[in-house]
Amino acid sequence: MEILVCIKRVPDTSENEIEVNRDGTDIERDDLVCSVNEWDNYAVEEAIQIRDRVGGSVTVVSVGDEEAEEVVRREMAMGADKGILLSDDAFEGSDGRGIAAILKAEVKRGNYDLVLTGAQADDGAAQVGGMLAAMLDWPFASLVNFIEFVDDKKIKVGREIAGGNQEMYEINLPSVLSIQTGINEPRYVSIRGIRKVASLEIPVHTAGNLGISPESVGEPGAKTKRLDYFMPEPGEGAEILEGSTDEIIDKLIELLKAKGGIK
Amino acid sequence: MTRQVFAYIIHKDGVADDTALEMVAAAGKLDSDARVTAVVAGAGSKLDSVCNEAASSFAEVWKIDNPALAYVTSEVLRPMLVLILPKNGIILVPHDHFGMDLAPGLSIKLDAAYLPDAVDFQGIDNGKLKAVREEYTGQVSTHVLTDISEGVVITVRPGSFKADESKRGEGHVVDKTPEAIEGGLPAGSCRFLEIVEAEVGDVDITKSDILVSVGRGIEDEDNLEIIHELAEAMGGDVSCSRPIVDAKWLEKSRQVGTSGQTVKPKVYMALGISGTFQHVGGLKGSPFVIAINKSPRAPIFQVADVGIVDDILDFIPELTERINELKG
Repeated sequence: MEILVCIKRVPDTSENEIEVNRDGTDIERDDLVCSVNEWDNYAVEEAIQIRDRVGGSVTVVSVGDEEAEEVVRREMAMGADKGILLSDDAFEGSDGRGIAAILKAEVKRGNYDLVLTGAQADDGAAQVGGMLAAMLDWPFASLVNFIEFVDDKKIKVGREIAGGNQEMYEINLPSVLSIQTGINEPRYVSIRGIRKVASLEIPVHTAGNLGISPESVGEPGAKTKRLDYFMPEPGEGAEILEGSTDEIIDKLIELLKAKGGIK
Repeated sequence: MTRQVFAYIIHKDGVADDTALEMVAAAGKLDSDARVTAVVAGAGSKLDSVCNEAASSFAEVWKIDNPALAYVTSEVLRPMLVLILPKNGIILVPHDHFGMDLAPGLSIKLDAAYLPDAVDFQGIDNGKLKAVREEYTGQVSTHVLTDISEGVVITVRPGSFKADESKRGEGHVVDKTPEAIEGGLPAGSCRFLEIVEAEVGDVDITKSDILVSVGRGIEDEDNLEIIHELAEAMGGDVSCSRPIVDAKWLEKSRQVGTSGQTVKPKVYMALGISGTFQHVGGLKGSPFVIAINKSPRAPIFQVADVGIVDDILDFIPELTERINELKG
């Protein structure tokens, strides 16, 4: 089983408060801790577990600049066999469709049975996996929280839907799946593990290598463009209780009593 | 020229989803002069009831009725939509588990632009639509500009537009089935098997009046004890947000949110929960919401009635102690 997992380096929201910079052109990137997108990490873990069950290899790929190499290497330390970086100035400013087109070109160079993405990333768009599948004319399932191999042509897949329920499908390979968090428990990556892969070569593929015309991707090819960032309007918002902890607890207990919050 | 806007209607058991009337409002905000068509797919008499319901709110209803759609899956529906939808149209789909499955691929097959998870529209100028999105689980917002001159597929965040109940539709249902299945049914490279229902847990949080709900801010499984102690002191039940279930610290049946349980308590304590729209989507019946989070910018403070900016690991044990003293 040849598996490709598409990953993205993103600001880590559990490590940072995301702030808008002064002129609203970007988020504040000073001292921003970045890591692999949480959903992608589950996808890589799933790919590794599948490989360990049925054989084959796991390749991780990321569209990004040289900084993205760090997350590719991290996922190799986790157990992925190969890493590829898709990097070109022409890729900058790509929208979801542009990213999917770049990934499609890489998929076409290989002989993959299964392509995994995270269900979504930092922008919450949840778009690249579905677009990639449509471009390849492969079947697609999103929000996947279960994968089982039926035979080398078919897999059984569970999708997370509303209310904790799950849709089950049988899907022909090759296919594209977007992976939901909670499908597995991603393994811990040790410093020693990262050191072991530190010298492995990660090939970089450019627009030229991939046969992509620069104007079809990046800023020029993007139909959806971000204009600016701004802080959400506070709306009505909560009444923030202030004072010493004792004073806050006094107020809170009065409220809880009034609203039936203490039985 | 009047723009054509299409709204995909999600339905279950013969009843349109809450998002149907939100799509009416969203389409009106997008372009108040647009002619808005509902697209409803399914099979049999239940489909007809949904179409009739939609006809009271939309200018027109397009029906796709086929046994292959008895349970609608995006892999079966998408090629049908590609056959009936015009190029250059504006297609609205709810940004839920179905829309996320259907819509990205639909935009590719229609060769249209894609605008995911829109929360507001701010006008169309010269073929470009200005919209509002959120990033980083609601911590920051963005304005985006989408070139819709060759059509666009837009997923609209559920709950972001207030349902339009005005019922100004014209009651006209058009059967588009023959056109939709002209290409034959899909070859079946993705076959729906069954629904596996959620497991029932030891506590039914949908029946609780008081929920003490915990999120990522608890940091460690061992710290959950302080949440259980508070719930016991208050006489409530413990629920949680998604990361706690992903980490396997609590069972899935205790998860509040669109992919978990829909709850309607009187009092909801959101402890160390950032407040993604998927989590807040599981709160119904206007509970009194108290949010405690060390980040003053957590989106949960936008929906809470009362907020406390503090680390739950410090605050909760003190609160529990005081409640227990009070109760003697």
